[in-house]
Amino acid sequence: MYIPAILAGLRVTLYHFFKKKVTVQYPEQTREHSQYFRGRHVLKRDEEGRENCTACGLCAVACPAEAITIVAEERKKGEENLYREEKYAAEYNINMLRCIFCGLCEEACPKDAIYLTTTISTSDYHRDQFIYTKDMLVEGIQDVDRIDISSRRKGVREGAM
Amino acid sequence: MELIIFKICLVLVLFLLSITIAAYSTFSERKVAAFMQDRIGPNRAGPFGILQPVADGIKMIMKEEIMPADSNKLLFILGPAISMITALMTSAVIPWGPDITIGGQKVQLQVADINVGILYIMGVLSLGVYGIMIGGWASNNKFALLGAVRASTQMISYELAMGMSIVAIIMTTGSLSLGNMVEGQDGWHGMAWNIFLQPLGFLIFLICAFAETNRTPFDLPESETELIGGYHTEYSSMKLGFYLFAEYINMFLSSAVITCLYFGGYNFPYMDIVQANTGEILFALICFGVFLSKIIFFIFFFMWVRWTIPRFRFDQLMNLGWKVLLPLSIVNMLITGAVILYNQ
Repeated sequence: MYIPAILAGLRVTLYHFFKKKVTVQYPEQTREHSQYFRGRHVLKRDEEGRENCTACGLCAVACPAEAITIVAEERKKGEENLYREEKYAAEYNINMLRCIFCGLCEEACPKDAIYLTTTISTSDYHRDQFIYTKDMLVEGIQDVDRIDISSRRKGVREGAM
Repeated sequence: MELIIFKICLVLVLFLLSITIAAYSTFSERKVAAFMQDRIGPNRAGPFGILQPVADGIKMIMKEEIMPADSNKLLFILGPAISMITALMTSAVIPWGPDITIGGQKVQLQVADINVGILYIMGVLSLGVYGIMIGGWASNNKFALLGAVRASTQMISYELAMGMSIVAIIMTTGSLSLGNMVEGQDGWHGMAWNIFLQPLGFLIFLICAFAETNRTPFDLPESETELIGGYHTEYSSMKLGFYLFAEYINMFLSSAVITCLYFGGYNFPYMDIVQANTGEILFALICFGVFLSKIIFFIFFFMWVRWTIPRFRFDQLMNLGWKVLLPLSIVNMLITGAVILYNQ
């Protein structure tokens, strides 16, 4: 009958019973992401602290899920140290529930403005908390608040422009 | 008078013990399953997840009770009740330890030492089929009914082979009472267990016990992939809790019966030496502890088999019950009878 096969199966299961387990106790322990992992977005600034984004809208057009909405504004007289060119984004919203983290916006941006980082975006209880506005996305001016994306910058990878 | 108080205390202790062991069986099922699948089970509720059954119980109580619209209300409630009652009733005739003396009277650590013990267990087991059948019928759901019909056919078929292998044990022991059977297994310094006399009978009884408790590989009635939930599809909250709980209590008591019949109940090697050297109550507690550890091993064995072997198809199940196990148990009976006659 099947008894020898059953006993062999039982031995396999018992062997697995005593083996080391592969569980990762999140959130106390995490696993490493690769350097090209596509996580939460960030709007970068240049070395002088001016925002890179000029509200050209290429990221919004490139997004396959239509998650980005931009409202552009003209730069006023005293704001030269805040924005690089005459056009800037007054409202820049990314709907995280629509975003599929494909990275096409990162590839489409001509101004090195939007990048995806390795942070995982956190979960929440309400849908409206997931529309990330510009103040949540843009990085801070101080050096300590900058997010390092040097491993992702175009031109560092071989074969890129 | 003291006897009645003692018996009531014993019943309460047994009730609490059954429920606690069944609750922690649910927890250890998840842990054992996880360990065999190279992962850790639940470990967030309390240290090492020990409070998980408490959390599950509270969840079950707090859920909404859904009754299907056209179902038979009385039968709908009666189904899990019967399952639970018959599951708990079996624990009345199992000997939990040797006799102790309380207040000058010799008391048995058994709620009812009737002299048809094993027959009572078979009877109550047959009543358990009613719980499933009624639950499946009262759900007003074709799939639940199909699951219930499968369950009852399976349980009836395997009861026969179970009964036959018990007949072989009765022939060697000469008594139907479980207390006498366990006492009869204490020769050879407590190692004259029935499994050495009846290995084939043990195998048959074990397979039938798997089928009776609806446990994989015979868990077609509640197979999740085929029938969604089988007979307990339409149940929610505490009624479902009762069905699942009754299954674990059944598993606990089947292990207890297997241990009593074949593995010597509360006997352990060199027990006569230990008995001569310790007080009576301490010895009874030691025997009880040995019994419990054997039961826990069998519960682990039930779970071990569940996560190893795939499910039987229904015609394979019937084939096994009627065409393989029943003739084997009859052959077992014949061999036992022949050996007994030869030795006379």
